[in-house]
Amino acid sequence: MSAIITNQLTVKFGDFTAVDRVSINVEPGEIYGFLGPNGSGKTTLIKTLCGLITPASGNGQVLGYDCSRQADEIRQRVGYMSQNFSLYQDLTVSENIDFYAGVYGLRGERLRRRRDEAIARTHLEPYLNRRAGRLSGGWKQRLALACAFIHQPRLLFLDEPTAGIDPVARRDLWDLLFQLSSEGVTFFVTTHYMDEAERCGRVGYIYLSRLIANGSPAELKRLPEVSPPGTRRLEVLTQSTSGALAAIKRRPYTISATIFGQSIHLLMDQAVTLRQVEDDLRAEGFAAPQTREISPSLEDVFVTLTDALREDRRD
Amino acid sequence: MTDHDRHPEPGHRLSRFRGLFRGTLPVLRKEAIHIRRDPMALFVTVLIPIIQMFTIGFAIDTNVRDTRTTLYDAARTQESRRLIERFINSDDFSLVSEVESDRALNEEIVAGRASVGIHIPPDYSRRLLSGQTATFLVLVDGSDSSVASQSLNVANAIALRESLERSIPVTASSRTLPVEARPKILFNPDSRSANFLIPGMLAVLIQIMTVMLTALAIVRERERGTLEQLYMTPVRPLGLMIGKIVPYAVVAYAELSIMLFFMRWVFLIPINGSLLLLLLLVIPFLITMLGLGLLISTRAQSQQEAMQAAFGTMLPSIFLSGYIFPIDTMPLFFRGVSAILPTTYLIEIFRGIILRGAGFQALWKQTLILSVMGLILITVSALRFKKKTS
Repeated sequence: MSAIITNQLTVKFGDFTAVDRVSINVEPGEIYGFLGPNGSGKTTLIKTLCGLITPASGNGQVLGYDCSRQADEIRQRVGYMSQNFSLYQDLTVSENIDFYAGVYGLRGERLRRRRDEAIARTHLEPYLNRRAGRLSGGWKQRLALACAFIHQPRLLFLDEPTAGIDPVARRDLWDLLFQLSSEGVTFFVTTHYMDEAERCGRVGYIYLSRLIANGSPAELKRLPEVSPPGTRRLEVLTQSTSGALAAIKRRPYTISATIFGQSIHLLMDQAVTLRQVEDDLRAEGFAAPQTREISPSLEDVFVTLTDALREDRRD
Repeated sequence: MTDHDRHPEPGHRLSRFRGLFRGTLPVLRKEAIHIRRDPMALFVTVLIPIIQMFTIGFAIDTNVRDTRTTLYDAARTQESRRLIERFINSDDFSLVSEVESDRALNEEIVAGRASVGIHIPPDYSRRLLSGQTATFLVLVDGSDSSVASQSLNVANAIALRESLERSIPVTASSRTLPVEARPKILFNPDSRSANFLIPGMLAVLIQIMTVMLTALAIVRERERGTLEQLYMTPVRPLGLMIGKIVPYAVVAYAELSIMLFFMRWVFLIPINGSLLLLLLLVIPFLITMLGLGLLISTRAQSQQEAMQAAFGTMLPSIFLSGYIFPIDTMPLFFRGVSAILPTTYLIEIFRGIILRGAGFQALWKQTLILSVMGLILITVSALRFKKKTS
């Protein structure tokens, strides 16, 4: 049985379609990354799956329960951690955990066991009596996670769990996710970080309410739209990156070119050599250009797919 | 524990009923911690109504007494002095100055040094003794309407009495007037304003507190995003609602008790009826106000919005509930408004029990109306609340 399965799921707010015919399938124990620009429908999809929003058409099942008719069953079995720290700042760490344990109806021996485990896993022991509001960002997220899995859910929805926390805390959190995932917990994670997306078993990319990519990172990189036959992808390094970009775009062999930090990612005709590109740049007055062939990153994938969609719309 | 233990058989009616309230206890416990964690807020919440009670209770006296009066006696006769005597002997006027011209009399009033000016013309005694109508002028500052009307009434009464006593020959057999009213004020023999105001004030203060606390408690969670988190848990709307409301109902009840204590022992207003009945009949009102707070919370997006809305509901309750201004003198439309204000009925109940010693048989109508209002309001807001939740 799939942890999450949706079929042509559509959510509308008045005339606006927030989620447009999305079909996904998340396997148990998988970490599914869900990406897309702000406002593209990520949080709406999570809310719909938890039964907070009724779909206009299509359907979705979470852990085998229908998300529009069995919301209560779903909510007892899933955990949710929202993008903003939304625990009670004036309550201590311990009181926050106890509150959520109470909300999920944990009592007696089971409560004690689950509580100890959640604290041990998140290493919150030293902070139990500290007000949640006084924790640093990373520790707040750990607390939020502890509260979200206190009832041992089989599926956790994490809505941008690492937004605004430092890289070390970010990695610690992911280590914890991997650990739980290896024990069979399924994760549905939204994020803006490409490195996090690369760590997911599979990713979906939602753009303008529609799912435009869905698969493992490796599969997505092999998509014909991303790596068309007869093309190669180069990373180009020069000084004056933006000037070089304009020069490269004028070349007939260029299919697309985008700036990535200090470098340019160039998708071009396979027949043209790396040396040719370097020579052309030198001819335009850019000193010492360096090129190397690369495989597309997930960011390349998403940029290519959204560009293609934009052009479709223009046609 | 398996899933089976956590989820009762669907057919089990009691469990299903209890399922409707799932989450009540944890929410209630959490809310109690919030209140305890912020003793300053609690202190202020409890203290402000008490400060208001003391201010209003001690400062406001709606009875007009000792109105500052200035005098221009142009006659200076035995008769004019007798008239002035009458004014001074009434509790209503107190002579603050005596002037020598019409202009000076006017100026005293314009400058606000006196609210009433009495001008006795030079021919007062002559006309009086020759059987003509003797007139004297009473100038009243109309900028304070209650002072003006009271002064007019008393001045007229004084003139009337003076006339009567002069027209009826004083003989040994009849030294008094033929007819005289002997008024007796029931329930508040000294006509103390506090006795009239404080029971009404209790109702208004309890209202502010309950509406505001409930609305804020929920809107605060919305503002901080914790409400959204709660929606994703198995907490049921009713459980959330009751868990959030009950702690504040307890606070409001405690506040009412404290204020009743001060009313009895500081303002010395005896509770002529049954205290128990009073504490009982306030419950439907509390439910109404909690419902109102809840209703505001389903609409308000920020704490500030909630505060404004709470204050918005306050104003009609202060002005149109009969708390300060009598309902009977209002135009029909506003009487209609006052009839749909829950506060109106609670004030009737409070005044009835505290001042008149009324029992339930005299107050069942108000109680019934409040109960119906409470039931409607709490149901409507619970439904709206539920709709927002799921």
